[in-house]
Amino acid sequence: MAIIHVDGKEHSVNGADNLLKACLSLGLDIPYFCWHPALGSVGSCRQCAVKQYRDQNDTVGRIVMSCMAPASDGTWISIDDAEAKAFRESVIEWLMSNHPHDCPVCEEGGHCHLQDMTVMTGHASRSYRFTKRTHNNQELGPFIGHEMNRCIACYRCVRYYKDYAGGKDLGVYGSASRVYFGRAEDGVLESEFSGNLTEVCPTGVFTDKTHSERYNRKWDMQFAPSVCQGCSVGCNISPGERYGELRRIENRYNGSVNHYFLCDRGRFGYGFVNNKDRPRQPLVKRGDALVAVGADEALLNAANLMKTAKGLVGIGSPRASLESNFALRQLVGSAHYFDGHADAEGRLVKRVAEVLRTGPVPAATLRGIESADAALVLGEDIINTAPRVALALRQVARGKATQMAAEKHIPDWQAIAIADIGMHHKHPIFIATPDATRIDEIAKDAVRAAPADIARLGYAVAHLIDPAAPAVADLDAASAERARQIADTLLASTKAVIVSGTGAGSESVINAAANVAWALHGRGKVVELVLAVPEANSLGTALIGAPGLDEAFKAIESGRADTLVVLENDLYRRAPKARVDAVLAKVRLVVIDHQLTDTAARAELLLSAGSFAEADGTLVSNEGRAQRYFQVYEPAYYKPDTVIRESWNWLHGIRAQQLGQATVWTQLDHATAEIAAVLPALARITEAAPNAQFRITGLKIAREPHRYSGRTAMRANLSVHEPRQPQDADTALAFSMEGHNGVQAGDRPAALTPFAWAPGWNSPQSWNKYTDTVGGHSLGGDAGVRIIEPAANAPKVPAYANHVPAAFKASMAELQVVASQHIFGSDELSAKAAPVQSRIPAAHVALNAADAAALGLKDGALVDVQLDGQTLRLPLQQRAELARGLLVLPVLPGVPFAAVGGVARINGATGA
Amino acid sequence: MSTANSSSNPSADVIKLADLVASASLPPTDGYRMSDEERHEIEECLHHYDDNRAASIDALKIVQKKHGWVPDGAIAEIGKVIGIPAADVEGVATFYNLIFRRPVGRNVIKICDSISCYLTGYDEVRNAISAHLRINLGQTTPDNRYTLLPICCLGACDKGPVAMINDDTHGNLSPDTIPALLEQYK
Amino acid sequence: MTADLSETKPLTARIVAGRAPLNLKEYEAAGGYRAVRKALKELTPADVTKAVKDANLRGRGGAGFPTGVKWGLVPSLEKAPGSRYLVCNADEMEPGTFKDRLLMESDPHQMVESMIVAGYAIQATRAYIFLRGEYIEAAKNLNAAIAEANAAGYLGRDILGSGWSMDLHVHTGAGRYICGEETALINSLEGRRANPRAKPPFPAIAGLWGRPTVVNNVESLCNVPHIVNNGSAWFLGLNQGKSKDGGTKLYGCSGRAKRTGIWELPIGTTAREILEEHAGGMKDGLKLKAWLPGGASTDFLMPEHLDLAMDFDTIAKAGSRMGTGLLTVVDDRQNMVSVVRNLEDFFARESCGWCTPCRDGLPWTYKTLVAMEKGEGRPGDIEQLEKMTRFLAPGRPFCAHAPGAMEPLQSALKFFRGEFEATIKKIDQTTATHAAA
Repeated sequence: MAIIHVDGKEHSVNGADNLLKACLSLGLDIPYFCWHPALGSVGSCRQCAVKQYRDQNDTVGRIVMSCMAPASDGTWISIDDAEAKAFRESVIEWLMSNHPHDCPVCEEGGHCHLQDMTVMTGHASRSYRFTKRTHNNQELGPFIGHEMNRCIACYRCVRYYKDYAGGKDLGVYGSASRVYFGRAEDGVLESEFSGNLTEVCPTGVFTDKTHSERYNRKWDMQFAPSVCQGCSVGCNISPGERYGELRRIENRYNGSVNHYFLCDRGRFGYGFVNNKDRPRQPLVKRGDALVAVGADEALLNAANLMKTAKGLVGIGSPRASLESNFALRQLVGSAHYFDGHADAEGRLVKRVAEVLRTGPVPAATLRGIESADAALVLGEDIINTAPRVALALRQVARGKATQMAAEKHIPDWQAIAIADIGMHHKHPIFIATPDATRIDEIAKDAVRAAPADIARLGYAVAHLIDPAAPAVADLDAASAERARQIADTLLASTKAVIVSGTGAGSESVINAAANVAWALHGRGKVVELVLAVPEANSLGTALIGAPGLDEAFKAIESGRADTLVVLENDLYRRAPKARVDAVLAKVRLVVIDHQLTDTAARAELLLSAGSFAEADGTLVSNEGRAQRYFQVYEPAYYKPDTVIRESWNWLHGIRAQQLGQATVWTQLDHATAEIAAVLPALARITEAAPNAQFRITGLKIAREPHRYSGRTAMRANLSVHEPRQPQDADTALAFSMEGHNGVQAGDRPAALTPFAWAPGWNSPQSWNKYTDTVGGHSLGGDAGVRIIEPAANAPKVPAYANHVPAAFKASMAELQVVASQHIFGSDELSAKAAPVQSRIPAAHVALNAADAAALGLKDGALVDVQLDGQTLRLPLQQRAELARGLLVLPVLPGVPFAAVGGVARINGATGA
Repeated sequence: MSTANSSSNPSADVIKLADLVASASLPPTDGYRMSDEERHEIEECLHHYDDNRAASIDALKIVQKKHGWVPDGAIAEIGKVIGIPAADVEGVATFYNLIFRRPVGRNVIKICDSISCYLTGYDEVRNAISAHLRINLGQTTPDNRYTLLPICCLGACDKGPVAMINDDTHGNLSPDTIPALLEQYK
Repeated sequence: MTADLSETKPLTARIVAGRAPLNLKEYEAAGGYRAVRKALKELTPADVTKAVKDANLRGRGGAGFPTGVKWGLVPSLEKAPGSRYLVCNADEMEPGTFKDRLLMESDPHQMVESMIVAGYAIQATRAYIFLRGEYIEAAKNLNAAIAEANAAGYLGRDILGSGWSMDLHVHTGAGRYICGEETALINSLEGRRANPRAKPPFPAIAGLWGRPTVVNNVESLCNVPHIVNNGSAWFLGLNQGKSKDGGTKLYGCSGRAKRTGIWELPIGTTAREILEEHAGGMKDGLKLKAWLPGGASTDFLMPEHLDLAMDFDTIAKAGSRMGTGLLTVVDDRQNMVSVVRNLEDFFARESCGWCTPCRDGLPWTYKTLVAMEKGEGRPGDIEQLEKMTRFLAPGRPFCAHAPGAMEPLQSALKFFRGEFEATIKKIDQTTATHAAA
């Protein structure tokens, strides 16, 4: 702690901060551009100038850049000093001398940091009368628009993209007043995290292209506090809606999870919400066609199906909320409710839940990963299965430079000095995966192996750390040496993270990761686990605890059940087509979904469910964090014939209809409370967010900014009378600009913050006003509640997993099938978004190049692959690094489901 | 990268040499393949530094020595040899004014426009060169023989006005000696 | 070459106009590499540093920071083991400056010897001469000298059996004035864009590749062997009592003087002596209007300042800087608006583009001067320029580039305001508007 004096007032601040961060954390306003809480200080924009005095008696002082000055004890500064103010105003004027003043047509307008800072400095009239420099723009792919004339050369884009996110294809070119930021040539930005450029850029150079064609101002959008559905990480998002369409997704700050950054799947994959082919009314099969019916008729129809069923089966979904899954469980009865994962995958997810619930090592928060100084990645292609984790791991590697600089007494915000000092130094990260990964470059060592051998490596590491952990028999010398190196490194760390998950399709891999973590814990080390699971609510559904899909199918195949209720799930993604076809042929099928999946198309009754944008619900992330996402908008407000309800609402309605009772759950809280009461593992989910009764000064919280415009006219095509706004019984949020709007930001719980705004701060930089210290935790606590923590009474010596698999033996006749995950394409929902679709790789299978040569197969040849009882014909890709003896089956559109872990034969090839 | 061509803008802002060179009459630019000789020379440079990136400027100069300029295709190739992204190589190539990212003529005239030369007759000498070659600063003669570029102080101020033609520094220039001087360069 | 010369003009004693530079043998015969032998065999690195400190050798690149003090900032090998670097700043690009070229082209072994002695003082593992790309002849001569020195065992492994090893490499730049700024030079040497770096951390702590690094100017370094050979007291006495700084200084004169050139003189020699005795005064028919004491980034001084001693403190007191110490004389036929326009054109073009005031403020300054030069100045332009001089003053922009650009501008506005005022179009104030760009 340090005492600083700002304009005569004494403040207590963190003396390790720079003055800018310290002042912003105090709630004081100093304008800035090049500084960013996640990127540190470089002192290039000169916007954050303040007057610094030697001491109390110094009246002259000198102008310093607050971002480059330490907040040392006894510092005297003035923000209000006339010269400092005049200088800051001049900086804006200089920046504006080349800025095109095109705010009316600029997509940044209204959430533009440059606008905010311009207003903050008071610069209002222009004296520059000469020509402005102009640039050509680049085509950067489907996600990011580029308008270089707006650039104020703050260098944030390259510092984020290259230094923070490890991107290679964005740079700065030219010199003097013609500096240019972009790619070396036109082309798609390669980074999986490129979308953050739109928020990192303080003006409209990099903008969200997916928003471009259906553009509107931030102040004209309706937002909700939401949670990304793209993977199991649970990044917090702020989706914006206008006219019944999602228009954009922005990052929503969560100090424990994603803080300032999202991945591109999460940011740009929302298009499935807007797709025209979604079921927007209940549909009943009449002959071969699905015909729209009203809600009452649909419920009646469904209840009749339930009543007349000889036996019921309900299949839940890892992409549906806890509430919806639980409502299904209630409807069909807990004995007839089944887990919605593919069977083998479901077992892995349950094992992950077990490891986290019974073991002594906690799950790492995303933010917690960043403070580790060693990491081991076992089996998981993490940048494709849980992308945001990969960005956090990159910060682990970068931490070494910060540590080295600290040894030279260089503070952690001196970004350039740190980068130079630590240029070739990284904290150690070990990666063992079947194929090359996009983060191998940050690894101290990356090894390719079949899942069994990856598990053996992990087991061996655990055994070296704690001899009580099972040993690995017949380990080859190279692996033994590698295990030794990994064990030594992890033991030398101050905090280690062990990253694994379901991606390798192997329980042994998960067990090995758990053993490593537990062994470290046993040795007294600080260690945390990151176990990626497949989908947004995979862990949540595992905590409900239900038999697997195979059991569900058997119930139908055996004739015990004739009626199947499928919740937000496309069974064709979960089991081989032939088996699903056969199962569906035997049942009366009710599907509740927001997408017209292959399964939904087979339904007798298809109930039109709300996507995350039209529904409230609770998810459990892979961290074990229960988080609530809230409905963004009410679709029927714009299209009155729309009948979309939350899945839990439909399911609960069917049950009431079936029982002839009134509905018990009249709002979400009732569902949540009942889950908490019935399922002890989920008891704390009620704490994920304040309930519907929550009010601030008697007000609900507004989903719309208080400048929201056009409401009286936006339905004029339907009626010139403005109807009452939709009422939201389920939450403490209002579908309106009326209500609490965050002027006193601290009053608003993070879980109920729909969008970032504070007086004078319209851009995403306004998150600064929502945190205890800038870049720290949300005021009042980060959103969500961790519902899985190691038991206080967990045994000191953990119950090590001890099924060490045998070493993998490659066979050309029987290739082992492993899945590959793709950030664009493997997630069912985002793969339906047009901008993402253009980034999805073509369907293929892959082999090691040497294996392909041994089999006489050329790159690109169409090969017939026999596996899991089916034959797939797909083009072959040769991979240089893929472990021998494996066949990679990607999870991509055009590649049918096939169970991984089994064997495949290649029967022949055609063409090249 | 691309920037609007400042030479098409008469009130051009601050001039960057790489932007100045007219490309209209010049040979096609693509099809670069790094020769073994260039590669070896670049690899040789790596020994001089404790980090390979340091050789990026040397590498650009090696390519330029051979081709007169740095063709587009060389950027990524240099990056591969040194082990840095193409964007970084291009960032360096476009920063430094002695690296030409557009084709230049066989002879590059770099005329000093800094203060001492300015005081001793830079304007007259530049006008004389322009009149003789019928090109302005930043342009190349149609026969691809000369490119005329401005350069900052050449450190021969006692002999102003000064210009470099290729590797030769010429001092005490005057408008009447210009034609004979230029004719020495074929 | 005589003993007298080496007593009074140590830097240039071995230089004879029109003759090829001395090769190794000739240089050794003329007393060369004596300092290397003495330093490595008789002195500790700390002794060498102390001698340079005691001699009060002040940086000849323009800033005047004491060279020995700079070396003293480098942490000891015990505190910071591993590689450390000596870099010679030979990126001479300050307009009006042409002294380092002479030293490197005409006596390359002196440069090499200086690098070895200085490298020994800081225990450098590698040394670089960062030479501007246009100095073709200097590169050739330096490389030849380095090859000879390597062959003679003055460079490389275990130099003269001292146990200390150092490689020396000539790195030629690719242009850009900003590379003369020491931290920008380090970035450039690392193969990056030559943006300056923030200080602290200073290069002595985290310089080239994040390691301890010393960057010294050519002329500063070339004094070092002579200090080691002859002692600090001798060096201090070279000023012949004309200054409290020690040594000689390479002074020069460019512009329309009779005999432009460069001379090694006692530090503190008056500008009048330089201009009138050595350069022979202004060309016939021309009068001195103003002069830059040491490069484009120094404030103009007036004829009445000619009797000032050319040393760091005296010129600073007069409101300018000695800078590189090479005068640029402006004659009475010149219009100061045009002269300053030329200077600001240079600075605007050579901005690295890193910080706002420099990147955007200098082009604005330049464009205003272009308009004024054309007689299209407007009311408020002079005030705008004055605002620039205040807000681009040291500490406001990131490095010294833009403050340097403001020095000639602010002094021209001070001494020649009438010439600027004459460019302002008489516009009826009621119709004057801020034109939209």
